[in-house]
Amino acid sequence: MLYLQTFLGFCITIIASIIAAWLFRVLLVRLVGHSTAKFIRTAPLTASFGMLVICMYILCAIFAPLIAPYGEAEILGGGFEPWSSTHLLGTDNLGRDVFTRLIYGARNTVGIAFLITALAFFVGTLLGLYAALKGGIIDQITSRLVDVLMAIPSLIFSLLMLTIFGTSVLSLVIVIAAIDSTRVFRIARAVALTIVHLDYIEAAKLRGERTRYLITREILPNALAPLAAEFGLRFCFVFLMISALSFLGLGLQPPTADWGSMVRDNADLISFGDITPLIPAGAIALLTIAVNFVVDWFLHKASGLKD
Amino acid sequence: MSNTNNPKYAISNEVAHGETKAKAQHLQADFMAGAISRRDFISTALALGVSLGGATAVVKQAQAATPKSGGRLRQGITGGATSDVLDPGQILDAYMINVCMGQLRPCMTKIMPDGSTEGDICSGWQASNGGKTWKFDVRKGVEFHNGKDLTSNDVVDSIRHHLGEDSGSGGSGVVAGIKTIKTDGKHGVIIELKEGDGDLPTLLSDYHLNICPSNGEGGIDWQSGIGAGPYQLVEHNPGVRTLTKKFANYWNTGNEAWFDEVETLGIGDPTARLSALATNAVDAINSVPPKTAARLKNMRDVQTLISTGNKQATMPMLCDVKPFDDINVRNALKYIINRQEMLDKVFFGYGELGNDNPIGPANIFRATTDELPQRAYDPERAKHYLQKAGLSKLSVQFHAADTGFPGAVDAGALMRESAKAAGIDIEVIREPNDGYWSNVWMVKPWSACFWSGRPTENWMFSQVYLSTADWNDTHWKNDRFDMLLRAGKAETNQAKRRDIYVEMQQIVHEDGGLALPVFQSDIMGYRTSMHVPDQIANNWELDGHHACRRWWQV
Amino acid sequence: MLVKRLALGVLTLILLSLLIFLSVEALPGDLAEAILGQQATPENTAAIRRELGLDLPPWTRYLHWLGGVLQGDFGNSLALRKPIAELIAPRLANTLFLTLYTACIAVPIALILGMAASLFRNSYFDRISNITALSAISMPEFFVGYVMIYFFAISGYFPSMASINAGTPFLEKLYLCFLPALTLTLVVTAHMMRMTRAAIINVLALPYIEMARLKGVKSQRIITAHALPNAIAPIVNVVALNLAYLITGVVIVEIVFVFPGLGQLMVDGVKFRDVPVVQATALIFASAYVGLNLLADIISTISNPRLMRQR
Repeated sequence: MLYLQTFLGFCITIIASIIAAWLFRVLLVRLVGHSTAKFIRTAPLTASFGMLVICMYILCAIFAPLIAPYGEAEILGGGFEPWSSTHLLGTDNLGRDVFTRLIYGARNTVGIAFLITALAFFVGTLLGLYAALKGGIIDQITSRLVDVLMAIPSLIFSLLMLTIFGTSVLSLVIVIAAIDSTRVFRIARAVALTIVHLDYIEAAKLRGERTRYLITREILPNALAPLAAEFGLRFCFVFLMISALSFLGLGLQPPTADWGSMVRDNADLISFGDITPLIPAGAIALLTIAVNFVVDWFLHKASGLKD
Repeated sequence: MSNTNNPKYAISNEVAHGETKAKAQHLQADFMAGAISRRDFISTALALGVSLGGATAVVKQAQAATPKSGGRLRQGITGGATSDVLDPGQILDAYMINVCMGQLRPCMTKIMPDGSTEGDICSGWQASNGGKTWKFDVRKGVEFHNGKDLTSNDVVDSIRHHLGEDSGSGGSGVVAGIKTIKTDGKHGVIIELKEGDGDLPTLLSDYHLNICPSNGEGGIDWQSGIGAGPYQLVEHNPGVRTLTKKFANYWNTGNEAWFDEVETLGIGDPTARLSALATNAVDAINSVPPKTAARLKNMRDVQTLISTGNKQATMPMLCDVKPFDDINVRNALKYIINRQEMLDKVFFGYGELGNDNPIGPANIFRATTDELPQRAYDPERAKHYLQKAGLSKLSVQFHAADTGFPGAVDAGALMRESAKAAGIDIEVIREPNDGYWSNVWMVKPWSACFWSGRPTENWMFSQVYLSTADWNDTHWKNDRFDMLLRAGKAETNQAKRRDIYVEMQQIVHEDGGLALPVFQSDIMGYRTSMHVPDQIANNWELDGHHACRRWWQV
Repeated sequence: MLVKRLALGVLTLILLSLLIFLSVEALPGDLAEAILGQQATPENTAAIRRELGLDLPPWTRYLHWLGGVLQGDFGNSLALRKPIAELIAPRLANTLFLTLYTACIAVPIALILGMAASLFRNSYFDRISNITALSAISMPEFFVGYVMIYFFAISGYFPSMASINAGTPFLEKLYLCFLPALTLTLVVTAHMMRMTRAAIINVLALPYIEMARLKGVKSQRIITAHALPNAIAPIVNVVALNLAYLITGVVIVEIVFVFPGLGQLMVDGVKFRDVPVVQATALIFASAYVGLNLLADIISTISNPRLMRQR
């Protein structure tokens, strides 16, 4: 009986998301200008679902204080109160509203993760493409440096760095972005290496184009697809990294709500079949899936393949 | 603390009244004493109108109460590290305390389940000269695992291992009061103290002070793990697994230590520990998170074991750093802690309220609530103290990590909210667990800390609250308190000692830099295949880390 | 070229050892304070420092250590006062075992799923495998581990503790380590699978594939015979990256499943400021990483002759 209910619930959720995605696409097409609308109309349902979710998360993040029924750190009642109309998802062990913290968590987690990923990609891609293009000694030096940094397990390295520099948000962003950018560098360089030996790059070089032009106009557009795929995954790895750090007792400062720590704080309840920790984990998973759906669509577009 | 999960079944409760009831009680008593056979017991009980189930329950109880030799005790314990050495001076956490003190190398004395101190390696002691000179009798017929007899020489070298500037031992603070130690024949040890201390025998039960074989050059052989304990070392894989087996010539065989083998596993992650217990990979675990303790009870074949001793969550403030140098600020902060809420939410009710007094439930001279009323959450009072300090608002930082005490960060979050009512703004800063003791505790002006507590008032006070103590983590200095501490040590009249210690507790409570919100219970889990005594020791987890001696397999 | 790369690899390792040494030095506190914890006093910490030579200047200690390493001696663990090799050998064996075990499951699954997804792209198969893979990697590792324990260990199918040692028979090892290997498979598969899919799709857009298609080559054959060889470079790279991750980055899985591997050793080393242990584990991790990447580069170069031309 329970299984049947779960299955039915699952089906309804799927159908509802498909409908929501479709409606969202229609809405978007109505809202935006003609040329963009044409582009959006080509989005498959998965991509528009992804966009819907991302928009919802962004709205949550921006308007968190308006949407959330209570304060982020406000203690409202007893610990572990069940789901009710006053506390939609119950309360956590200290009696803080879980729904509220989930919403604020969007702001903190998504904001920080996006910042970190963007920073990592900016630095990593630029250096990677540059190294691949220049080759020779510059390539060797940057690659060796990146090798050194990458050869240290990222979790342990960030543990070291955060212990040295403290666990403020700023040092968290810089440390994780620095570590992540080495991974991006590697992918960007590998992708670019296959491109720089293509004839049209050689031709552009012979034309005497400047490095900046070569990187932004010639290599980047052609390296975008694998990089975009990597972005989607990196973005979610950053969440996981923050969550793993809070597993080891680092991570964001309390009472700031972030999903990673929310999973961590209640993770042991899962051994008793309690689904509390699944909620923030689900929030991470949903966003990851959504981001990657959109990325896939771009990937598909960029590849120029017809369906 | 008694084990409430193991209620005694009495057949007399089944029969109605009067004479039959008395008969039933006698019958059960006779049977438990072994005066009548099982068959006779059951038939007579049935004749008295007792149910078969009831009679069988008593039989089972009787069987369980008879120690049974054999089997293996598998323990999943926290605090193991790959850097764990067998050096008694470097024992730091539960895992090594259990292995070294509990299994391999007992100390001179041990703490009994009722909190009293008894001889372990020593068989007795006499104090003279106002508690300054002590003579300990080393038990005769005690043998090391390598077959060597244990003599006074081994004891002297073992204690000396922790003495002096060069010892590098974590136990150096415990034995700091010892002036000289020397042998007195083969089975006598004489200890000369710098000043009188009636608690010396209890101090010698400290987990660092393992008795190891002398290496003949004034040092000890700790490398081999040889001791005179009930179990001898088979395999030690630091931080991972330690296997020991029953020592055939253990001096106290027949009275304790029933297992053939003891396997100790280092399991740091709480969920992994619980899963190991639930899947019957271990028989007993320590440190069950309070959050999951209630659910653990619902598991099959698993029981929780709760003991509330002196383990205390503390929040020391450095009394020589602004703003904590002002007693009014300290008092204001003590009043904005909502202790009951903290106990309920952070410790899930597993514990006792603290009263800014380090003397806990396991101490004998603990001040009563009449002598020292319980401090409660009172923002108005806190405001009043702030005014007295000449402040209208106060902003302070509280540094915490779960190393300080489990749940310290959550406790800080609660405090932050409850302090708002008094206009006090507390910023909770989560510090890394790594390096917490050297970088945060006693360094930051207000931090989280825990003490496993000490069995005697004098020990606790002189290690942490005496103005010159190494671990004076509040940097608190009170001349009257220091004077009383000295007086209490030398005093032999118990009533007078009590008066002295109660006054000292009042001074700490009123003037000290210590905020002590909660005494935490130790929560442990064990499988019902283990027999656990009704009364377990509360000085350490797992029956004072003597589970391997006092428990047996049913 | 190979010799040059190897020499560069050694240089990388030396640089790394210096970086690690400086980082551990920069950490607040030292071994003496760490092993004494709350019981530290100025006297006993000073005594330990003297005994272990921690009172010497950092440069002396580093050069002394480096000198030893160049002669093949990794020194003693400061806390255990035992040769590092004794400490590391069993754990290294365990870690390699778990890595191979996971790789044997994860790599074939990832490649096959990735190729199939690119073949049937935008079909239901593609989407479902995509969503599943993404969901699996968007859970924190410890959480996946707990879920595995809940489903497979509490019910008694597999043990929740993978406490293996050198004497454990091979088949029993496979059984004991099943849950950690499964957890890690879930963690690494998605990344490799998506990269495989993306790389192949990227190649599929190139003119020569179009040509093959126009010639009437079957789509299955286009992928295996025409697209795959040109997509090998990014795929091999991402596989190498993930294998390196399996060796170096699984400390959390080790904690959850009580697995005695290298990661835990390194974290303990950092925690206790036991510099030689941290150095030795870091060097092992780094060599694994450098070696795997070298291998990946060699394979990519062989697969793509254009890369060969430059060197």
